[in-house]
Amino acid sequence: MAANTQDTAIRTSRLARAAIYAVLLVFVIYYLLPLFVMVVNSVKTLDEIRGGNMLSLPQIFTIEPWLKAWGTAQIGVSPTGLKPFFANSLAMVVPAVVIATLLGALNGYVLTKWRFRGHDLVFGMMLLACFIPFQIVLIPMATVLGKIGLAGTTPGLVLVHVVYGLGFTTLFFRNYYEAFPTELVKAAQMDGAGFFKIFYRILIPSSGPIIVVTVIWQFTNVWNDFLFGASFADFDSMPMTVALNNLVSSSTGVKEYNVHFAGAIMAALPTLVVYVVSGRYFVRGLMAGAVKG
Amino acid sequence: MSFLEIDNIVKHFGSVEVLKGVSITLEEGGFLVLVGPSGCGKSTLLNTIAGLESITAGEIRINGRRVNELHPSKRDIAMVFQSYALYPNMTVAQNITFSMEMRGVPKPERDKAVQEVGRLLQIEPLLKRKPSQLSGGQRQRVAMGRALVRDPQVFLFDEPLSNLDAKLRVDMRTEIKRLHQSMGTTVVYVTHDQIEAMTLASSIAVMRDGEVQQFGTPSEIYNDPVNIFVADFMGSPAMNLIQGRIRSDGGALAVALDRDGAEPLTLAVNGAGEGLNGLNGREVIFGIRPEAITDAEGADRTAKNVIQTECAVEVVEPAGADTFVVTRLGGREVIARMRSDTAVDAGSLAPFAFNMDKAVFFDPATEQRIA
Repeated sequence: MAANTQDTAIRTSRLARAAIYAVLLVFVIYYLLPLFVMVVNSVKTLDEIRGGNMLSLPQIFTIEPWLKAWGTAQIGVSPTGLKPFFANSLAMVVPAVVIATLLGALNGYVLTKWRFRGHDLVFGMMLLACFIPFQIVLIPMATVLGKIGLAGTTPGLVLVHVVYGLGFTTLFFRNYYEAFPTELVKAAQMDGAGFFKIFYRILIPSSGPIIVVTVIWQFTNVWNDFLFGASFADFDSMPMTVALNNLVSSSTGVKEYNVHFAGAIMAALPTLVVYVVSGRYFVRGLMAGAVKG
Repeated sequence: MSFLEIDNIVKHFGSVEVLKGVSITLEEGGFLVLVGPSGCGKSTLLNTIAGLESITAGEIRINGRRVNELHPSKRDIAMVFQSYALYPNMTVAQNITFSMEMRGVPKPERDKAVQEVGRLLQIEPLLKRKPSQLSGGQRQRVAMGRALVRDPQVFLFDEPLSNLDAKLRVDMRTEIKRLHQSMGTTVVYVTHDQIEAMTLASSIAVMRDGEVQQFGTPSEIYNDPVNIFVADFMGSPAMNLIQGRIRSDGGALAVALDRDGAEPLTLAVNGAGEGLNGLNGREVIFGIRPEAITDAEGADRTAKNVIQTECAVEVVEPAGADTFVVTRLGGREVIARMRSDTAVDAGSLAPFAFNMDKAVFFDPATEQRIA
């Protein structure tokens, strides 16, 4: 009898497991479908898209739409393709991520290990910055950028994104360093290390996981931002997202869906790459052995 | 002049006074243990010596030099932390030499120092490992190595053994004692473990609520506690503290202890009784350590005043080396430490020998020692 009940238990759990996997599979397909449609249609000719099914595989494989989206497509008034705007986005996103991450780490370090009177108030205000909607700051930000002579430039955009990202990066690092053993800082102090020595010799080497999290977060946000790019960038500093919009919504000529699909994938690719590459460094247990327990 | 002088130190955290005028002096090469229950201020005191906490008032001098305003790294001290505080991103060797690196000591010299310390602590095979690859005892050694390599004027230890299991703790305790004997460096050691305090110290400061209750050698603290707190805190099992009354029968003083369903037990007090004169009829707290209550044959032969009497046995606890026998006097459990092969049974009467040489008396109101 005991064996009997055990038997049923296994069977029901197998059944439940199968059901769970079936549901998960449906979700996977549901989420991958848009990507599939984009990839498939970006390598079809325009005629095939017009005449056929969005879900069918290409009959004639062509990379022509990709080349066109990258190099020759009409963006706004000039046929430059997305290439220069991709470069603009990179020139904006790399400094914005590096600076915001470094400053966030420094803030977190000070707010946890070098506490001063009112540190919680300062942190509370920085937290508040995470919840300020983009739209509210548009006009004051434009005024400030104009006054300091950075309006319409890539450094201007970098500044905007650093300021906006600082709330989040500070939050991440502050919470991470809160759990970082203060005795290590004290030990380093006794060993004669100063403020910055402790920061880059002790804390930063132990911050791998949180740096990865912050970089992914900040990179994705800055790269995908449209509103700031559309508001504060000139034609020379326009980021990828805005250029993609100009490509897709251009009102002249025929709608080249295959080119649009290729362009959209190009705009989305870097965030995907960052996630896949740095996600591998989400190592746990980096702190193991520093202190007991 | 003493080597380490702590002169009337006061420390406030906001409105809370955690150190209320602590004064301690220690000779060069001494081993000072700060002991007390959690929150008594012993770790704070250590941190102020280290310079990790500022002090509100008072002065700390090391070798005659005032160090109040000196940065921790400039005080010529080294500290072993409770959590070891090893840098997780560095190897053992890098951990040990970090302070030398900060002082700009060239690499060959650092390597030599690491080898020396490694040999001294027997951690040579571990030098290339990261702290996460070490066991608790090994981490403890590395933490000590990091302090040793600096060759400081004073070593500070903050409950260094509290994270180890019982057996390892005893081994490391012996090792610390051996290191101290061979190096002769001054040590300040914080613990809440009174056995560690007794075994390691040359002087003990028992602390409570930010004040030093008693400062003295281990034997003074153990045998001559100044108040009930110290008497109760030091020793395991704790000292028996029994409510009693002083009686005077024609000049001979005695203490009477109530017993359930029997005449009060009267123990004559000889010699030690000076402070008890004129206290006839007064309530006192009679303190006697478990090892001063034995079976008749186990009594200390050199003791002058041993009183034998029969008491009702409540519980018998064989502990291997000793047998603890519990009776009831003055309404409280009283523990006697008898030889392991003593034949006593719970519920029966058994002979108890009280070594009155070791008896102490406290005032029940002020909790201070009276005799």
